[in-house]
Amino acid sequence: MNIILEAKNIHKSYANHKALDDVSISVPRGCVFGLLGPNGAGKTTLIRNINQIIAPDSGEIWFDGERLQPRHIEQIGYLPEERGLYKKMKVGEQAMYLAQLKGLSQKQALEKLKTWFLKFGIENWWDKKVEELSKGMAQKVQFIVTILHNPKLLIFDEPFSGFDPVNVELLKAEMMNLRDKGTTIIFSTHNMGSVEEVCDEIALINKSQVVLNGNVKEIQRQYRNYSYSLTYESTNEINLQPLLPQGFSVLESHPNGHGFFTAKIQTPEGSKINNLLTEITKHVDVTGIQEILPSMNNIFIQTVTK
Amino acid sequence: MKSKILLIIRREYMTRVKKKSFIIMTILGPILFASLLVVPALLMKVSTDKDTIAVVDESGNFEDKLENKGTLIFSNVEDIDMAREQLKESVFDLVLFIEKTDEDKANPVSLFYNKKQPGLGTVTAIENQLQDVLQNKLLMQTFHISTEDYNKIKAIKINLRAQDVRTGEESATGMKTGIGYAAAFLIYLFVFLFGAQVMQGVIEEKSSRIVEVIVSSVKPFQIMMGKIIGIACVGLTQFLLWIVLTFGIVAIAGGAMASSFTPNEMTQSMNMGEMISPEIAGQIETVTMVEKMLSGVGNIDFTFIILMFLIYFIGGYLLYASLFAAVGSAVDNEADTQQFMLPLTVPLILAIIAIPMVMQNPNGSVAVWLSMIPFTSPVLMMMRVPFGVPTWELALSIGLLIAGFIFTTWFAAKIYRTGILMYGKKVNYQELWKWLRY
Repeated sequence: MNIILEAKNIHKSYANHKALDDVSISVPRGCVFGLLGPNGAGKTTLIRNINQIIAPDSGEIWFDGERLQPRHIEQIGYLPEERGLYKKMKVGEQAMYLAQLKGLSQKQALEKLKTWFLKFGIENWWDKKVEELSKGMAQKVQFIVTILHNPKLLIFDEPFSGFDPVNVELLKAEMMNLRDKGTTIIFSTHNMGSVEEVCDEIALINKSQVVLNGNVKEIQRQYRNYSYSLTYESTNEINLQPLLPQGFSVLESHPNGHGFFTAKIQTPEGSKINNLLTEITKHVDVTGIQEILPSMNNIFIQTVTK
Repeated sequence: MKSKILLIIRREYMTRVKKKSFIIMTILGPILFASLLVVPALLMKVSTDKDTIAVVDESGNFEDKLENKGTLIFSNVEDIDMAREQLKESVFDLVLFIEKTDEDKANPVSLFYNKKQPGLGTVTAIENQLQDVLQNKLLMQTFHISTEDYNKIKAIKINLRAQDVRTGEESATGMKTGIGYAAAFLIYLFVFLFGAQVMQGVIEEKSSRIVEVIVSSVKPFQIMMGKIIGIACVGLTQFLLWIVLTFGIVAIAGGAMASSFTPNEMTQSMNMGEMISPEIAGQIETVTMVEKMLSGVGNIDFTFIILMFLIYFIGGYLLYASLFAAVGSAVDNEADTQQFMLPLTVPLILAIIAIPMVMQNPNGSVAVWLSMIPFTSPVLMMMRVPFGVPTWELALSIGLLIAGFIFTTWFAAKIYRTGILMYGKKVNYQELWKWLRY
């Protein structure tokens, strides 16, 4: 697998508090990598290590096949959770400044900023002061500045906090767009709602340690509980329970209208979808079946409270 | 990386120089300074506020001997009770009551006022006149000295000119004290004004949360140094403009004043402490004072003093500015800075308090010690520099200052890099100590 970022056995302690305890993650190139965990788990500390804002006590970080070093800063874009802008400075001036700090020349910065401002429909904010903007508006500017220098790796720490739903969708779309162009994205959040939709890979950090990591689909399969959602066609609702062999149980059943019904069925551990079908097709006309995978939210809660 | 710190310096500089407050201060400053120089002289000229004093002299010693001089106008009144009544009706400003006693004892004297209290200057001027009259009387009656001889005695003035035994150069002590004091005070002012700006800048970046965005592109140390250097440039720009504009205003105002002043008024205004016999002593005294101020000025090594000034000016600022930055990084808002400001302000204020002591004795042990300690040396060494400081002392002091600011910068950087990323935490000294060891 092509890995863009790898952290190996990172330890970081503050005075009498362990922020990261032997944390290792590896982020495949071109994916959206969810860095998940409750507040205070150590996500931000890990991100700050990757951004070289603070140095780990021990452990190594590799970026794009090399040990992480200061010049890599220009290949990483970082949108921190605690983000702000100079209130008294004009939007354009400020964006130019931040872009140049990331290593863009004045000309490049101006060109790219104009393009992005047009794209986000904020070109007439250029000469406004930041204090005149709403929070959501300021976040758009911050987002643009973060991605402006075409970094190979983007790190978003709680990117959607403070955005209205319309802008969340705009942002998600831009994120997916960037990923499709080959940018790798680390997406840190304690809000699981958007994880399945957005992330390809995840690492779950709890109490300074990685407790779960891997591909989202694989993890869901790993945490599967062999329950299925079955839809069938019938004139009236059928009590399926007596028709099923031992070990199978109907969790719930309800009509879908127009002669269709849905039942949620728990099967014995390790059984396959075919086992259920073999039994049930003897009695009803199945029109659809789907495995119910646990949501990341459930897995998260299950793992964290374990 | 180098160009990034330049970007930061440029931003810090440009945003501040373009501010309205900077422009206003730049214009107002010289007007204030110039008025400090010009207004006292103007006031001297226009000060016509006289005190009318009723003299009730029961002793008879002072009859017609008190002169209307300066702001004092005397007139004789026979009866104390009448004088008091008139005082209450504001016919007079003051009543001077001299009681009669035996010959050899000093006369008990009272000064009555109505609502308007006499100032120290008025009281001293009256006292001086009374003393003069009594001394005069004693000299003439008891020792039989004529008024002419008495004036001769009064006119004796010694003007001590310190000279270098090897070169014969004169020391121009007054001028040197003036230069030293001005330099010391400028450094003090600069450190405080612009150190506070560094602190405010850090707090602004922290509270607006921009710092976390920047810190992913640039090292905290670069942000801190960029800010410190940028603000130093702002300060130097402002000072330069102040100096140029102040001299401009003073030159214009001075020119206007000189044409309206008579020479005698000029001498009086320059000779505030010596009002005893202005016609004779004043003239002589003024000439010697001006001469004293200017003689030997040519011997002052201005290039050297300016060089030293720049070294201590910049060194002192760098020493303190990084500490101000550290304080800014440790707090969430300006209200919380109090507890950490104390250790910064105490040495600076101590230095200012010690100035008179150093002025008295520029080579005394207190002066030498305080001009070695980096926290006080920028202010106090400048007090000593015009008088000549042994090279080894200067070298040691500058060496210590450089070591000092390297240390404070290192120390501040450690606190700064942790502090800027720490929000919503009440920080105390114990906490800061922990940050140092991260």
